[in-house]
Amino acid sequence: MSTQEQDLQDIYRHRVLEHSRDPHNFHRPADANREALGFNPLCGDKLNVYLKIEDDHVTDIGFDGTGCAISVASASMMTDTIAGQSLDDAKKMIHEIQDMLAEGGSLENPRLKDLAALEGVRNYPSRIKCATLAWSTLDAALNQTASEVTTE
Amino acid sequence: MNSSAPDNITNILDVESIRADFPILQQEVHGCRLAFLDNAASSQRPRAVIDAVSHYYEHDHANVHRGVHSLSHRATDAYEGAREKVRTFINAKSASEIVFTGGTTESINLVAASLGLNMGPGDEILISHMEHHSNIVPWKLLCERSGATLHVAPINHRGELILDEMLAMLGPSTKIVALTHASNALGTVNPVSEVIEAAHALDIPVLIDGAQAVPHSTIDVQKLGCEFYAFSGHKMCGPTGIGVLYGREDMLERLPPWQGGGEMILSVSFEETVYNKLPYKFEAGTPHIAGAIGLGAAIDYLNGIGMESIAAYESHLSAYAGQQLAAIDGLRIIGEADNKVSVHSFVIDGIHPHDLGTVLDHKGVAIRTGHHCAMPVMDFFGVAGTARASMAFYNNAEDIDQLIDALAVAKEMFA
Repeated sequence: MSTQEQDLQDIYRHRVLEHSRDPHNFHRPADANREALGFNPLCGDKLNVYLKIEDDHVTDIGFDGTGCAISVASASMMTDTIAGQSLDDAKKMIHEIQDMLAEGGSLENPRLKDLAALEGVRNYPSRIKCATLAWSTLDAALNQTASEVTTE
Repeated sequence: MNSSAPDNITNILDVESIRADFPILQQEVHGCRLAFLDNAASSQRPRAVIDAVSHYYEHDHANVHRGVHSLSHRATDAYEGAREKVRTFINAKSASEIVFTGGTTESINLVAASLGLNMGPGDEILISHMEHHSNIVPWKLLCERSGATLHVAPINHRGELILDEMLAMLGPSTKIVALTHASNALGTVNPVSEVIEAAHALDIPVLIDGAQAVPHSTIDVQKLGCEFYAFSGHKMCGPTGIGVLYGREDMLERLPPWQGGGEMILSVSFEETVYNKLPYKFEAGTPHIAGAIGLGAAIDYLNGIGMESIAAYESHLSAYAGQQLAAIDGLRIIGEADNKVSVHSFVIDGIHPHDLGTVLDHKGVAIRTGHHCAMPVMDFFGVAGTARASMAFYNNAEDIDQLIDALAVAKEMFA
């Protein structure tokens, strides 16, 4: 296999392609009580993240919108990971993912092991924001600091 | 390899010897030959331009129009020589009509700021739906400052201006028409002469954004007759940070200066400032001397090949690219005007443009992906963004074949 093919398979790992083809929780939960819109001005991508929060826990989560394979896969894996988590744990995981993607940190939380599939994105500075978009939108929805966030 | 490339195009230009003039093309990206197809964003520079800029910095640099020493004379001669080259290139009547700016964006902002001083509520500005953000936002800002209103002429689903609707929007309240000569997102070449003629019948000045037209065709501003014509150096093999505002002399004379500073004045006291003559009235501060000299060298280089040959070659290459792209299953061309520059915007079912861009990069193919600073165009076509392959005269059929092969890889990967 040539170097370029290895590089390509490093960013578009099997797990990433799987989630982007068939994203999980790609819908707005009927009884969602929090939501935020994430916008990446570089590509015009928009993702909505919807949450149902009860007793300081994320009891349901979904997303919709348009995005590239990286942003959709990241959002899809995020919904699987965050569903059922306490707000505190969710915030810790957001921090850990952002640290992994932007600062090169490693993922310690075993719940995040699927997200290691996004590690290859770190070598593509112009694509890191694709991977972080869903997570910063989730952060905004949790904090409800702003109804719309951008990657800029 | 795909079906054979047209043989006849090599008779128009000796593209292989032209490619040898561009050092940057002689490299590999991710282990593949570089197919640079992002020329609408910025072109590459031939050795002659790089050398002209180096020579200036190594031998002639000093501030212009100021010193009495030899270097200042040489710098001034080279800078003004570049202005004369621009004048000839676009056939302006006088070098005083050539204002050096930072680029097309600054040229348009200059006109919006200067012309806008006399505008107020009730006045109208007419643009089209296919403008680049740089020919939308300066006018939006002017509307916010002055109370004028922005009117937008529609386009059709082929990505063409609906000319009769645009002409019907002209009226006594229209203070300026600002229209792109060629669309960066769609490639469409607009019928600017018809628009200029209709606007002039009502005494309305016209600004043409020529950023995407100047690199591909012969421009004659006297024949066009427009009041303003804006373009950038870096899209025509010149340096970044240098551009041109052509302004018809009578218009520039009437416009107040834009920025204040050195160079643009004849005399200054705390009571009164006397502005310099054209074009210096619009060139406050030390200009981008090296940029202008590099642009002059780019013009010499383009003239050496001939703009007519460039246009003919690109038209053949672009037709070949268009055929090859159209044959790809699930690929939709965005922008199907009859008259286009060598810009191909497209989307492929089920593959996001950014993913296409990354896969193509791994095959050595550089294209632009995203909204191309033309979000209203993307909204019109109902897409978040497109992939865009844009050609220059130094591209060859091998570049196109490499693009097509890389698209097949992307399709397989995301299928």
